[in-house]
Amino acid sequence: MIKRSFFSSKFLPYFLILPQFLVTATFFYWPALQGLAQSVMRSDPFGQHSTFIWLDNFIALFIDPLYLKSIGTTLFFSASVAAVSISIGLFIATMANRALKAKAVIRTMLIWPYAVAPAISGILWLFLLHPSYGVVAIAIKRWLGLDWNPVLDGKDALFMVIMASAWKQISYNFVFFIAGMQAIPGSLIEAAAMDGASPFRRFWKITLPLLSPTLFFVTVMNIIYSFFETFGVIHMMTQGGPGGATNILVYKVYQDGFIGLDLGSSAAQSIVLMTLIIVITVLQFKYVERKVQYAG
Amino acid sequence: MVEKTPILDTLTYIFLMVGILVVGFPIIYAIIAATLPIEEVSKVPMPLIPGDQFWVNIQTAWEKGNLGTNLVNSFIMAAGITIGKVVVSMIGAFSIVYFDYRLRTVAFVSVFCTLMLPVEVRILPTYEMAANLFGPLQPVWDLLHLNGLVSWFAGHEIKVTLEWSLLDSYPGLIFPLVASATCTFLFRQFFLTIPEELCEAAKMDGASPMVFFRKILFPLSKTNIAAVIVIEFVYGWNQYLWPLLITTNPKMLTAVIGLQHLIPAADDLPYWNVALAGTLIVMLPPVLVVLFMQRWFVKGLVDPEK
Repeated sequence: MIKRSFFSSKFLPYFLILPQFLVTATFFYWPALQGLAQSVMRSDPFGQHSTFIWLDNFIALFIDPLYLKSIGTTLFFSASVAAVSISIGLFIATMANRALKAKAVIRTMLIWPYAVAPAISGILWLFLLHPSYGVVAIAIKRWLGLDWNPVLDGKDALFMVIMASAWKQISYNFVFFIAGMQAIPGSLIEAAAMDGASPFRRFWKITLPLLSPTLFFVTVMNIIYSFFETFGVIHMMTQGGPGGATNILVYKVYQDGFIGLDLGSSAAQSIVLMTLIIVITVLQFKYVERKVQYAG
Repeated sequence: MVEKTPILDTLTYIFLMVGILVVGFPIIYAIIAATLPIEEVSKVPMPLIPGDQFWVNIQTAWEKGNLGTNLVNSFIMAAGITIGKVVVSMIGAFSIVYFDYRLRTVAFVSVFCTLMLPVEVRILPTYEMAANLFGPLQPVWDLLHLNGLVSWFAGHEIKVTLEWSLLDSYPGLIFPLVASATCTFLFRQFFLTIPEELCEAAKMDGASPMVFFRKILFPLSKTNIAAVIVIEFVYGWNQYLWPLLITTNPKMLTAVIGLQHLIPAADDLPYWNVALAGTLIVMLPPVLVVLFMQRWFVKGLVDPEK
């Protein structure tokens, strides 16, 4: 898309796009190509010799039980983070949208966790869920009668990183839902109310369907968040442990590449992740273009 | 509301209060913990009445976590990313929207391919690139036999290795994170909504492209720039993986990464009061930015979706 009215100049537009081109080429395209090349090579840890080995790295990856386990962990982790943070965010936004007074104050009190780094959210929840001192951990032990030890128990550790990651994302989702709800014309809601639809029915039949583009967008963003940005949470809280229970894909790339120095495998893992995110992005653009149909 | 539903309204406010409390709880709890002495904070359960050790804990955290240096580093990094993104993406979007040139489509497509690929998925090769920015030029140098040429000039054997490392440096912390098209996309979307007549009129008055940019486009974009500043500052400040990789020098640590050294290990004394005091300091700048620039921030966050 271009403006009907535009400037014509021989060198200026190239000059203006040059900085963007330079950073993109240097830190995006070249590394991506390098990654692609490394993923089909086997190199020694010092990068002196490399041999072309076709898709062996990828094959090795997909028959590696640790990698398959990491895929499973990532899917579970990411689905849980999205489900928890979206449902809480949607619920609070619905309530805030109903509130007659103090909307600005309510928004202010809910928006700030957006600014908290994932790693910092990790620290806060590490304390809350600390097996000896954490107040939430004590509540879990006393009230639910469960044994709680995220340092040793994989399931507990996974629950812990899910809590920390989802908590931070609630306010992001809230901001989008409240903006989406405020964009719904009041007349629609009023008309439905006049026809005798209860508030709950109005939510299910009007608000939620009209919110579906926002819901879709937020879901995609949450998946991307939980796949990649939660690195800080994992690194602060569990370092992928215990026994790989919280070793999500992005953390495994780091571990295998930087700690294990297995360049080929790490590059192949990066390529898998890149492909995945490209697919998600393309899907999102296609879906958003269609603008979501509301049938019935 | 449309009809009178007193019970539902009361419930709404109750749920809202609970929601705000749940969302705020980790931080309220951290603030209380940061005011307590170590004996209190390690009690089970920890008392919920704030103590008087807040400043002591803050001071301890400041020294133990080397927060002075780290905060300056974080600030330079976040500011650098913010300024870099605003400048690069604004003139880039200007070029893509307001000019017609042969490689425009190529420029557009190649920039927007990068839209959603975070640095996390290409860490190793980007790291290698940062470790030696001239790495890709070395084969070219060797191919052209420039070594021989240099040796001939110097009169003796010289082996030239091109090397420019960004490790442990501010440019290394900043530039790789500027390389994403999100802001360019945001500015492009905004420029497309600006009426054609403005550009038409400017051209009729004989204004050059840069004058149009300075006198018309820039003032019109102020709200968008503010939004981008908030989003990018928070993004920059909260970066974790990239600074973790490329900084090994303790003097170059960023604040968020540095906090790791404050968390008590399993066999340490549980100095959680100090760890949380440090955490509060580090999270304060981006939280303040979001709270004080809330209006623009919400606009910037929500708008590009439309």
